[in-house]
Amino acid sequence: MTDLSKQSPLGVYVDYCKKGQLAYQVCTDDNTPVFYPRTVAPNTGSANLEWRVSKGLGTVYSTTVVHAAKDQPPHNVALIDIDEGYRMMSRVEGIDPMQVKIGMRVKVKINQGDEKQLPYPVFTPAGDAE
Amino acid sequence: MSGRKRGSVAVVGAAESDLGLVAPLTSPVDLIAQATMRALDDCGLKLSDVDGLFVAATQVRMGPMALAEYLRIKPRYFDGTIIGGSSFMSHVTHAQAAIEAGLCEVAVIGYGSTQRSVSRAAASPREYNHYESPYKPILPISAYALAAARHMHQYGTTREHLAEVAVAARQWALLNPIAWEKEPLTIEQVLKARMVSYPFTVRDCCLVVDGGGAIVLTSAARAKTLKKPPVYVLGTGDVLSHATISNMPDLTVTAAKESGEQAYKMAGVKPGDVDMLSLYDAFTITPILFLEDLGFCPKGEGGRFVAGGAIAPGGKLPVNTSGGGLSYCHPGMYGLLVMIEAIRQVRGECGARQVKGCEIALAHGNGGVLSSQCTVIFGSEATL
Repeated sequence: MTDLSKQSPLGVYVDYCKKGQLAYQVCTDDNTPVFYPRTVAPNTGSANLEWRVSKGLGTVYSTTVVHAAKDQPPHNVALIDIDEGYRMMSRVEGIDPMQVKIGMRVKVKINQGDEKQLPYPVFTPAGDAE
Repeated sequence: MSGRKRGSVAVVGAAESDLGLVAPLTSPVDLIAQATMRALDDCGLKLSDVDGLFVAATQVRMGPMALAEYLRIKPRYFDGTIIGGSSFMSHVTHAQAAIEAGLCEVAVIGYGSTQRSVSRAAASPREYNHYESPYKPILPISAYALAAARHMHQYGTTREHLAEVAVAARQWALLNPIAWEKEPLTIEQVLKARMVSYPFTVRDCCLVVDGGGAIVLTSAARAKTLKKPPVYVLGTGDVLSHATISNMPDLTVTAAKESGEQAYKMAGVKPGDVDMLSLYDAFTITPILFLEDLGFCPKGEGGRFVAGGAIAPGGKLPVNTSGGGLSYCHPGMYGLLVMIEAIRQVRGECGARQVKGCEIALAHGNGGVLSSQCTVIFGSEATL
């Protein structure tokens, strides 16, 4: 149950990020993973949402390489299917962006951001780490 | 969407505003008002006949109010539904319901944008979303690129297939005197153009130009008394699927499948009955997805379906005969212009690009990041 006078779904999510964790919710009425975090669950409308910490492993569902500006190197944007059963947008780092392939296994790492940017999760190739 | 009757309303007027690059300090409402008067002139109605107003524009937060003030009219019914480029197809559904219910009799649907003049960032600012924005996708391009990449992976669609869509659009545009693009385009040129968001080069992406348009709808009974042959609304379907690309259930299947089924059911027609298609081509992947989801080829076959000039002039299926958003005009939310071409084809007004015997035309709109899908099937008097 979220009391919005005290905390927001994004606020809790960011707090987990600050601890180096990728968090998501589960609707305990129908045991369905919920992402992005919400005050009430989709479909059921239930407020019975429990926070869980993901193991941080996933598979690339789709990928693109963004050429934002001439003076910046191209960067990756990917959709990741997380093992716990939800999908999120992220970036796969530590590899040439064109070498990020659909089906590739990846693991989370939290980018702690800075004064202007809240922390957010990115991914690196999982390799043999699983 | 039950309750509305096939052919109960018709489009009687249709017009673009000035397109391309308009004069400095032109406002979006200047364009909407200009198009509105041209569309009224097209059917012989006067401003005082208009009692329904439907406006959506990214640069005008409260569209119906802005246009009503500009034209100094007091519509009995108004609607500012904004769901991206398909907004105007949904306005057709709403206008039909309003006309049938007696809430208005003459409805104007209008749009305008000065995005080329003021820049796309200024014309269509994005909301910050912490679950997407930190990754710096170029939206909406990267969202469609993710859909294209998944389609390529899953079904063997190639960059050449995508390029076929751009080349076909360019060939049609060369037959349209008011199209923005005037030079031929080859598959090789599409592939070698500046990469924007893989697999899309700039030539896989729609134009960024100024422009607008308006259409006028009224009851079938009144339509028969006006200047041009009525173009009847045979069926429509409107579906919302998601708002952000990370929440699209399957990037290779759009809600056009559902909106198409709704429209076909209401119209009592099948894909094989459709003489021409006007499909929202913001990016080269979208006509491929819509050809599949609207039943013109099996899922996954869209790339192979468009190969070899199949949707170009002289091909097996006329698609986007205006030159589309890729080569004719794309002023940000392009759906109104998607319908205008379908309407003109049914009227037989398209000159060198006219599809012979075009009695039924399907206009499909897409909004957001494959988020809203709205289909309108238009028919001539003979189809009633």
